[in-house]
Amino acid sequence: MKNTQNSLGAYLKKHWKTVVFLVLVLIGIGIADQFVNSFMRRLLNLSAIYTIVALSMNLVNGFTGQFSLGQAGFMAIGAYTVAIFTVPVGLRSTIFYLAPMAPLLANIQLPFVVALILGGFLSAGVAFLIGSPCLRLRGDYLAIATLGFSEIIRIIFTNTQTITNGALGIKSIPTINSLWWTFGIALIVIIACFLLINSSYGRAFKSVREDEIAAEAMGVSLFKTKMTAFLISAFFTGIGGGLYAALLGTVDPKQFYFTLTYNFLLIIVLGGMGSISGTIIASFVVTLGQEALRFLDEPMAFGLDLPIFRPGLRMVVFSFLLMVVVLFYRKGLMGTNELTWNFIINKYRSIKSRFTKKAASAQGGDSK
Amino acid sequence: MVVGMTLSTFLQQLINGLSLGSLYALIAIGYTMVYGILKLINFAHGDIFMMAAYFAYFGISVFFLPWYVTFIITILLTMLLGAGIERMAYRPLREAPKTSLLISAIGVSFLLENLATYLFSGKPQAFPEFPVMTTPIFVGGLSIQPVSIVIPIVAFFLMTVLLFIINKTKVGMAMRAVSVDYDTAKLMGIKIDNVISSTFAIGSGLAAVGALLWCMKYPSVLPLMGVVPGLKCFIAAVIGGIGNVKGAVLGGLILGFSEVLMVAFFPSLTGYRDAVAFIILIIILLFLPNGILGKKQVEKV
Repeated sequence: MKNTQNSLGAYLKKHWKTVVFLVLVLIGIGIADQFVNSFMRRLLNLSAIYTIVALSMNLVNGFTGQFSLGQAGFMAIGAYTVAIFTVPVGLRSTIFYLAPMAPLLANIQLPFVVALILGGFLSAGVAFLIGSPCLRLRGDYLAIATLGFSEIIRIIFTNTQTITNGALGIKSIPTINSLWWTFGIALIVIIACFLLINSSYGRAFKSVREDEIAAEAMGVSLFKTKMTAFLISAFFTGIGGGLYAALLGTVDPKQFYFTLTYNFLLIIVLGGMGSISGTIIASFVVTLGQEALRFLDEPMAFGLDLPIFRPGLRMVVFSFLLMVVVLFYRKGLMGTNELTWNFIINKYRSIKSRFTKKAASAQGGDSK
Repeated sequence: MVVGMTLSTFLQQLINGLSLGSLYALIAIGYTMVYGILKLINFAHGDIFMMAAYFAYFGISVFFLPWYVTFIITILLTMLLGAGIERMAYRPLREAPKTSLLISAIGVSFLLENLATYLFSGKPQAFPEFPVMTTPIFVGGLSIQPVSIVIPIVAFFLMTVLLFIINKTKVGMAMRAVSVDYDTAKLMGIKIDNVISSTFAIGSGLAAVGALLWCMKYPSVLPLMGVVPGLKCFIAAVIGGIGNVKGAVLGGLILGFSEVLMVAFFPSLTGYRDAVAFIILIIILLFLPNGILGKKQVEKV
């Protein structure tokens, strides 16, 4: 007992900055939860959900070096699970007015948390089905198969009228309002990813990314490692999707068009493929940025009728941004580094030394 | 469901399958050629197809050019677009990790889709009609749109030309060399960049012809029209054995036939039409990961 206390004490001593930072973050969320308006609340919630999904995408694409483009599909599974199982039984006949809900499902209502976790597991189950043929092959096939899967899921959800209400979608999902749901789960996912990456599994992920042949020679099972990353990623994405449904209060197949996946791709590329902290920063920057750039879609943005500003420009800017990052800043914000205290201190020092050097060289120039 | 199917309707479906399959084959060749050389899934290929459709639409409906002029301009512009994309988005990443290249390809695809939505609006535009092509003719109880016959003829003519280029000309030899061994080809004095540019130009040109024929059959042009055909044609290339031109043709035909016949035999599954390709993909990857014609063929491009 004493021993654990000691090690806990030692841990706190070593990581006190991180602990203080976490406490500050929690207090910050608490304060924000009390005071922000509903618009900002929605944005923050969305940012947290994007963090969850982008982080889980980074687990496969950044840390394990595979290329999955199924995020929209896995989100759809999680979102629909929450939608189907949490809508109050009494409201269902009004929502499913074209065709009644399948009798098997019609009377089952689950608590939100249970539906959320169920969505995660269902999405992981589907990931297993896709992964078992594709992960045995080279990475390219995974990209096309996952992209195809997210299209199929959309087609299936559009056609299964009695389960998903087809193209009409499901409305009146009980919504979450406080920031704690999304931020709480995002924190859990962040910590889980952090622990995972620094465990032996995480090292196996990275070894597969760096060199498959060498990893295999060292006794890492390629298929198992890739599958583990893929399943965990799908699980978290499913949960992210469930939160998304509960945030919006309505789901329909069009929301999960594969271009949704490209948002997350932009986030992980911008943040750095293989950096947890980079992904978190980029999730917030991209989500808030997409809102901030909304004026691009409005013809009267600056009080003048400029023909350049019309719907669609915002997405052009975003896809252009993705290209610029890929072509010129391939490593993104953080590369494969993490925003640790040492990283910040080193950055600070290098910037400082650069300035002092400049000053020194300027002086040197004067003296000549 | 099958009861109502007579021999003549079955033949009719076969012709439909052949024409759809030839269209897929034309687009799939572009994927397979690029993959053969750069080992890259050119995600933008479907959107190059879409841009070709818009070029033709603008040529005929907006600038009122005669159709043959429009077609030539469309094909040339699309070839230029394909080679230009390679120059701008792929060439700077030659030495970069493959993931960056793949992301760049997705970025180009995303950019083209958004640009098209922004410039031409997301609303579908009606492609000018070609009554000669679409008025059904009756042959022995079959009603056939002439375009359904023209498509396979044009497609197979172009494929023969392509195979000639690949097998008998100097640039074709260079393509084969680059696809077999990139580095050695470079050492042997082959101008890799030129070979890659011409590969993109040829693939895009075929996609442009595919787009023209596609729009005669399905006369509607919209910014996202290239996405699903693009995905399917990549799958067609995988089915046939990626990197192999004949394989792409075979895969395209298999896909076209299975799609049309599934809808014909099981009308209740019409909604799942677009899912067929992906199911075939999963099956192929399970049992024949190298595709039907696999890697034994020397005709890699």
